[in-house]
Amino acid sequence: MTAVSYLTAFAADAAAKEPAVFPPLDTWHFPSQIFWTLLLFGLLYFMLSRFILPKLGSTIETRHSTIADNLDEAQRLADEADAGQKALEVRMAEARAKSRETADKARAKIETQINAETAKVDADLATKLDAAEARITHLRDEAMSNVSQIAADATQAITDRFGVKTTTAAASSAVGKALDS
Amino acid sequence: MEGDIALGMKYIGAGLACFGMIGAAIGVGNIFGSFLDGALRNPSAASQQTGNLFVGAALAEALGLFAFVVAMLLLFAA
Amino acid sequence: MNQFFGGAAANDPISQFKIKSLLDIDVAGFQLDFTNSTFWMVVGVFLTLAFFGVAASRKALVPSRLQSVGELGYTFIADMIRGISGEEGLKFFPLVFTIFFFILSANLVGMLPFAFTTTSHVAVTATLAVMVISIVIGYGFYKNGLGFLNLFAPPLGDMHPIAKFVLYALLIPIELISFLARPLTLALRLFANMLAGHIILKLFAGFAVMMASAGGLLIFGAVVSFLAGATINALEFLVAFLQAFVFAILTVIYLNDALHPSH
Repeated sequence: MTAVSYLTAFAADAAAKEPAVFPPLDTWHFPSQIFWTLLLFGLLYFMLSRFILPKLGSTIETRHSTIADNLDEAQRLADEADAGQKALEVRMAEARAKSRETADKARAKIETQINAETAKVDADLATKLDAAEARITHLRDEAMSNVSQIAADATQAITDRFGVKTTTAAASSAVGKALDS
Repeated sequence: MEGDIALGMKYIGAGLACFGMIGAAIGVGNIFGSFLDGALRNPSAASQQTGNLFVGAALAEALGLFAFVVAMLLLFAA
Repeated sequence: MNQFFGGAAANDPISQFKIKSLLDIDVAGFQLDFTNSTFWMVVGVFLTLAFFGVAASRKALVPSRLQSVGELGYTFIADMIRGISGEEGLKFFPLVFTIFFFILSANLVGMLPFAFTTTSHVAVTATLAVMVISIVIGYGFYKNGLGFLNLFAPPLGDMHPIAKFVLYALLIPIELISFLARPLTLALRLFANMLAGHIILKLFAGFAVMMASAGGLLIFGAVVSFLAGATINALEFLVAFLQAFVFAILTVIYLNDALHPSH
């Protein structure tokens, strides 16, 4: 039997059967179908809406609220940590400022000490320098007077050689004249 | 003889009723074609519209199935 | 047991829809027999209840696989209602949930071999559709009073009275007819989808058997027919889900009309 003959066979078969009613349009079972559909639908609706859906819904609700609560808690902890970090930063800044202040104070103290010491040393040096200078001047003067003495002696000696008698006073005045000129 | 003619007419009528499915085919094709058209332009919005896509396809398909029901009625109930 | 499994031995694609009485029940002249259709409807309802009963009894914070599937169904329907008619529509949540899973279980039970597809009977789908529309009409009048009739005569705003009259004369019959067509299309869509799907499945299976038994080159035809039948079978699972979804979503859309009749 080919496919086509199969089709025609069942169509003819269906047509040949005496009542040949299409089952979904057979009316005898309509009351039964409607009754049982309504009854079973009502049963399903009752069981679901009364017992099962509230349970499912509450489970989902609990989960949502738990997740939301946990998220809130996490947010709160994060905020706390942030606040702690901020406080820490403030404390750090404070400590840094304080340490800078202390260092500045110490530096200023040391500086004044150094200045005082330097001034003292400078003053000491200055007096020592002055004394030295005075001694140098004195020595130079002494040397200079020695020089004129030597020059006068030398002059006296030279004039002696030339046979001219000179007094020490004349010689020294002449040397003084020569040196002054 | 007259019964045979009536039977033949019934089959012809059922076959003619099936032409109604052409419209459903065009409609369903149109829906999916348009969906792909839009989905390729804006793929990010496509996933939100799959629900509408299937509802539209089911609505269009149903009209073709009405033709099928008419064919069934002609074959078995008329 | 054979009376439960109609159509298994029959060859034509129609006899699978045949209803057989398993238990004669007569109440006040109505023939309320317990039929094979009723039996499979009971199976579907029982499976739904068992599934969600077990899924709901586990209240773990981190859900198991079964529990998360059950909750997936819950949130799927809830999100669908919320998306169409907002939080207000959630008062119909149990109804829409029941409709979706009643139809889905009937469709999926019908996909079992030898089982009966309850939703392939127009009496069943029409009962559901008429029930939905009755709830829409009843709730619409209960909540909005006569304002529910705005559904058929939407406010047009400022307009010339004659133009308004002409528009309403066109609009009201159209809206009325489209409203009255709703239960019809709702019932026929589900019915025709399931009917057509199972007829096509039966046809392809029948072709395969016929061609294979004919032998010769027709074996190839049998293979092709078998593969096509398997493909259609997969498609039917999609259709089973899709039609339940469409029925539920249209229910929500119609209920939304009852909640907000002036669009």
